[in-house]
Amino acid sequence: MKHTLSVLVENQSGVLSRIAGLFSRRGYNIESLNVGATEDPTISRMTIVVNGDDAIIEQVEKQLNKLINVIKVKSIAPAELINRELILVKVSAGHKERGEISNITQIMGAHIIDISRATLTVEFCNTPEQIAILLSLLRPYNIRETIRTGTVAIEQGSTTIK
Amino acid sequence: MITGAQALVQALEREGCEVIFGYPGVAICPFYDALTASPIRHILVRQEQNAGHAASGYARIRHKAGVCCATSGPGATNLITALATAYMDSIPLVAITGQVSRDMLGRDVFQEVDITGATEPFTKHSYLIKDANDIPRVVQEAFYIAQTGRPGPVLIDVPVDVQMEECQTPEPPKHVHIRGYKPTVTGHAAQVKRTLEAISEAERPLICAGGGVLLANAQPELVEFAEKTQIPVVTTMMGIGAIAPNHPLALGMIGNYGSTRANEVLLKADLLILIGARVGDRAVRNPDVLYQKAKIVHIDVDPAEIGKNMGTHIPIVGDIHTVLNQLLSLTEPLTHTQWLEEIASIPKPYPPALCHKDGFLNPKALLPQIFARLAPNAIVVADVGQNQIWAANAYNLAQGRFLTSGGLGTMGYSLPAAMGAKAAAPKRQVVCICGDGSFQMMLNELATARQNDLDIKIIVMRNDCLGLVREYQKRFYAGNFTAVHLHALPHIQTIGLAYGIPAFLLSEQEQVEPVLEKFLQTTGSAILEIIIRPDESSR
Repeated sequence: MKHTLSVLVENQSGVLSRIAGLFSRRGYNIESLNVGATEDPTISRMTIVVNGDDAIIEQVEKQLNKLINVIKVKSIAPAELINRELILVKVSAGHKERGEISNITQIMGAHIIDISRATLTVEFCNTPEQIAILLSLLRPYNIRETIRTGTVAIEQGSTTIK
Repeated sequence: MITGAQALVQALEREGCEVIFGYPGVAICPFYDALTASPIRHILVRQEQNAGHAASGYARIRHKAGVCCATSGPGATNLITALATAYMDSIPLVAITGQVSRDMLGRDVFQEVDITGATEPFTKHSYLIKDANDIPRVVQEAFYIAQTGRPGPVLIDVPVDVQMEECQTPEPPKHVHIRGYKPTVTGHAAQVKRTLEAISEAERPLICAGGGVLLANAQPELVEFAEKTQIPVVTTMMGIGAIAPNHPLALGMIGNYGSTRANEVLLKADLLILIGARVGDRAVRNPDVLYQKAKIVHIDVDPAEIGKNMGTHIPIVGDIHTVLNQLLSLTEPLTHTQWLEEIASIPKPYPPALCHKDGFLNPKALLPQIFARLAPNAIVVADVGQNQIWAANAYNLAQGRFLTSGGLGTMGYSLPAAMGAKAAAPKRQVVCICGDGSFQMMLNELATARQNDLDIKIIVMRNDCLGLVREYQKRFYAGNFTAVHLHALPHIQTIGLAYGIPAFLLSEQEQVEPVLEKFLQTTGSAILEIIIRPDESSR
């Protein structure tokens, strides 16, 4: 079962290593981890997607809270979740395939951001589910390379993490 | 303007640091230089690991963070075992390590090691100071983090040029404010109420007291609560001394190596109140069985301990001292006559004879005789192995303390920890119990004890082997004894002579009385070598 955690941490060196160390040491399974600045320059925000049952997630939250540099941990319920991920895909495309791929990207709401004689590079920002659909549609054209940012998440409505 | 080293010494003084256990080296020299101008006492150990253990013994007796220091590189890595030991037993330590200068960091220069990185899994927190002006704040935070909430070791790594750098001398803020660190003190009122209801409904309630009771200094409150509610008390190994072992409600230690009676009662209880106990695997082998059989109340200052190893019906997060006072203020006196009678009817094991048929002394019978001759408030420090199990089960001092490395099981803990305990309480009798294996891991510290006039009575259980491992190999490896023989054991009497510490030998029943008398009456440290059977059992 996937759980999405939003974590506010002190923006200091060594914090990421403490968190990564905690996950590997205690055997927690990270699906994705994303970290970036917030509106407050002294605070960074992480979105961590973890696999595990409720008991494991409870321990993950508690252990994260024990780290002195962790300011707040919030598990976002699936019903409240707005999540996005950015993916860049380099796919093989000769002149015959370009039209089909362009069609797919258009329908999915993705963008072609680079083109060469043999490839197209597609940019897509959406939910992990939509990204999975796009990838399944592009796979027959031979995906040469993908890179994704990991999920970032925020709560629906006016609720904030603070 | 003062130097970073002077700021560091001042900050330690401000925190009430009285003694530092340490070992110098180039990268910590500015600090040592500044320390000479301070009333803080420095005790030079013979290896850095023992500085950490000594600080641990000091912290446990003095109820505040013990301070140890070492130089960069190997000095710092030698501290690692002591930090991990303190972390597992939740002992407040502040460890200061020297580091290579800032411009050299990350270049693998002489005696450089990433010690904050290396100790990350078993320090509560750590700092690498990059600006001398941060020193007052960092030291204040380090002590605050080490001593509050669930205590633990905090490491401060100070590059040598930061120690030499001139800095301002700002007073640290009046109150520590760390955004991500706000330990819970008071238990949730509704959970306290639910606990009291569960107690009133229970027929066979039982308290299991762990090391957290001693860390919170809540022994009087625990005893008062047990007496008022007439609930019997078992302890974990770390909880020994939470209630006096001879108290009518005290039932002894649970666990793999605990008393049969305590374990039996544990399985009969219908309400188990865990207080400052983390339900470690050595204390409770099958937590799920207990969870099915009894209602579980778990009181702990660390929320992550609740539900980690065992399910909980009623969790209370808070400082044990505060929570016990909350419970005490609301509870009515109760009786559990039938339950206590049932426990009393469990037959007590027949005390073993002092001597085996082949003439060897039995440590399980001898240790109670030794304890009977100690001051009631003596501090007993047990090492790890069979000696620890014998000592834990025999310990019966009314106002004493029992210290041991319970969580990590670190051999070589006892003598340095005893030195720290003695430094914390010079007037109390301090006794160290170890085996011939652990003795050889720490005998360099005999010099430290001698040099600093730390009067410690050291009891060495000599069986010429690593008894607990041997016993394990006998049980689980069909007696294929390997790498457990300590032949070529140095002559312990001569070791004593070499270090200027009187040593006594005890091997026969007739000598017990006179030898114990001479050993315990010795002024200053003394060693007692007790010859026991190599195949002596731990229980």
